[in-house]
Amino acid sequence: MEYFFEILFSGLTRGSVYALIALGYTMVYGIIGLINFAHGEMYMIGAFTALIVSSVLSIYGLPLPSILILAGLAAAIWAGAYGFTVERLAYRPLRGAPRLAPLISAIGMSIFLQNYILLAQTPDFVPFPSLVPEFAFLEPYSAIINSSGLTIMAVSTLVMCALILLIKFTRTGKAMRATAQDRKMALLVGINVDRIISLTFITGSALAAIGGLLIASHIGQINFAIGFIAGIKAFTAAVLGGIGSIPGAVLGSFVLGLTEAFATGYVSSDYEDVFAFSLLVLILIFRPAGLLGNAAAEKV
Amino acid sequence: MSHAHFFFAGLVALALSACVAGTALASESIKIGFAGSLSGDLAPYGLPPLMAVQMVVKEINDQGGIQGRPVALLVEDDACKPELATNSATKLVAGGVKAVIGHTCSGPTKAALPIYQAAKVLVISPSATSALLNQDGEYPFFFRTIATDVVQAKTQVDFALQTLKAGKIAVLHDKGDYGKGLAEFARSLVERSGQAQVVLFEGVTPGAVDYSAVVQKIKRSEAEAVLFGGYHPEASKLVGQMRQKRLAIPFVSDDGVKNDTFIKVAGKDAEGVYATGPADASDNPITKAFREKFRQAQGTYPGAFFDNAVAAALALTNAIAKAGSTDPEAVAPILRSEQVATPFGPIGFDAKGEPVGIGVSLYQVRNGQFVQVR
Repeated sequence: MEYFFEILFSGLTRGSVYALIALGYTMVYGIIGLINFAHGEMYMIGAFTALIVSSVLSIYGLPLPSILILAGLAAAIWAGAYGFTVERLAYRPLRGAPRLAPLISAIGMSIFLQNYILLAQTPDFVPFPSLVPEFAFLEPYSAIINSSGLTIMAVSTLVMCALILLIKFTRTGKAMRATAQDRKMALLVGINVDRIISLTFITGSALAAIGGLLIASHIGQINFAIGFIAGIKAFTAAVLGGIGSIPGAVLGSFVLGLTEAFATGYVSSDYEDVFAFSLLVLILIFRPAGLLGNAAAEKV
Repeated sequence: MSHAHFFFAGLVALALSACVAGTALASESIKIGFAGSLSGDLAPYGLPPLMAVQMVVKEINDQGGIQGRPVALLVEDDACKPELATNSATKLVAGGVKAVIGHTCSGPTKAALPIYQAAKVLVISPSATSALLNQDGEYPFFFRTIATDVVQAKTQVDFALQTLKAGKIAVLHDKGDYGKGLAEFARSLVERSGQAQVVLFEGVTPGAVDYSAVVQKIKRSEAEAVLFGGYHPEASKLVGQMRQKRLAIPFVSDDGVKNDTFIKVAGKDAEGVYATGPADASDNPITKAFREKFRQAQGTYPGAFFDNAVAAALALTNAIAKAGSTDPEAVAPILRSEQVATPFGPIGFDAKGEPVGIGVSLYQVRNGQFVQVR
């Protein structure tokens, strides 16, 4: 039974790692209908920014919690700026173009950013300090969960709730929903659609950056390519949950994380991806829009 | 009739001019290729060998080349990816190279060998250790200056059984050609010894965000030691998560882990980790000379596979000089029959191109450095 809980928590940790990235993915998709392949790169840039800022701050001898918060802020702002710029340069000029054009542009942006970091930083793996302090109350449970795992779980739940509140109850959220439903009509009723889309990208990128900080701190190492695999897994999770749906992204992430963990724990980690992707195929056969996606007929 | 004659005469003239051009080219430079992982995650395994080969080539050229002909080095990057390695191989072959030092990783070497074979190019790898490469001697022009995984696996298993006295062993790998091959040899060696049992044999997914499920599984299996076949990014994550979950059993790995990047990334978790690697040759005067030269140029001592690449370059250039040509038909027999002085002492090659005289040692991380365990 203890083993079951160990595997369960391992799956929950994995799931919340995916959720933290999948939330930004699904939010951008929900509002402008673009699969932003450069999202994984925002996660990677966030991790690098946090590493640089935290190394500088630790030279000044700041306490760990304040380093964590300041590095998180810096990473969110910096990645937000990247998100804004990427949208301005690579997606906005293609706003009226066929759907495939911005998709290709997104893939190009992803490759560009990876190689930019490779050249500007390093091709090597670099160690990432564990910025989340060790919680004393977790010590008896150290075999099951550690403080960074718990923090990731808490933050992804918090972010999910905040996003739902933002989209459901604020003026900006209303404008976002209107933009998602009908861009031209939103424009006609006086919504600054360009501003709303920029805002969506900034928020999504900032979320990815905070994810980058927490996950890098959990894993302990980063390099220029970490965004790719994390992005693919988060994308899978978002599709599983119903892309565009915020609770769906979290649910999909946990389903994916738990499937992988239980496949490893009770079968073999050789088949981890086999189980994860078989599940994806099965769910998409029976619910093509994902677990929580709404199966609205696409206008042709 | 006259047309046919004319045509024939033209052919002869063409053939003659081709001959002349051939000899004219031959008296110019001797082209040697280098292919390896010079970018990406595994660049730390390709860059030191490249510098080693460049140093040997420069030394030869400074002394007037091989029989008066300078050596030219053509360099290709395969990023340790089989699909890129076939490109690099094709490029080198098209560049007129008859001997290649490379590739770095076993998978790419395996992918590139048929291309070299078809073009009759001699290949000598400083670091591809997969025992499945050239297992049946199907590539007569393949050589290497590193001991294979069978030797590494044997060293690891002997250590786990005799020194660590482990009765239950978990064997993990990264699902790659190199890591999985090594792990399978280790598993069969443990099983054949009869002294211990393999309680877990699994592949982990490279690049995954979390290995805690596998770590829990190791814990449940009550293994007394972990043998891991693979490279340092996965090894450092595994060791880190094992220590987080308070699992303090010995971690024994391979030369894909035995480098400074592993120690840098794994930090304090690296302490006590064992890894096999090429035998320590630091007392040899040739080793000392090349390492010192590297230090003067780069400011640090060289990384992984540097000595192996020096050995490969010395063996190859020596054989080319004795053969008087780069034709593999002439060079290969000399590599097989003659001993050459290298950083590992005098070495030769057997019928399958395996080195005779290069062994494997076991190292442990102590105070942030790999130290040989005697």
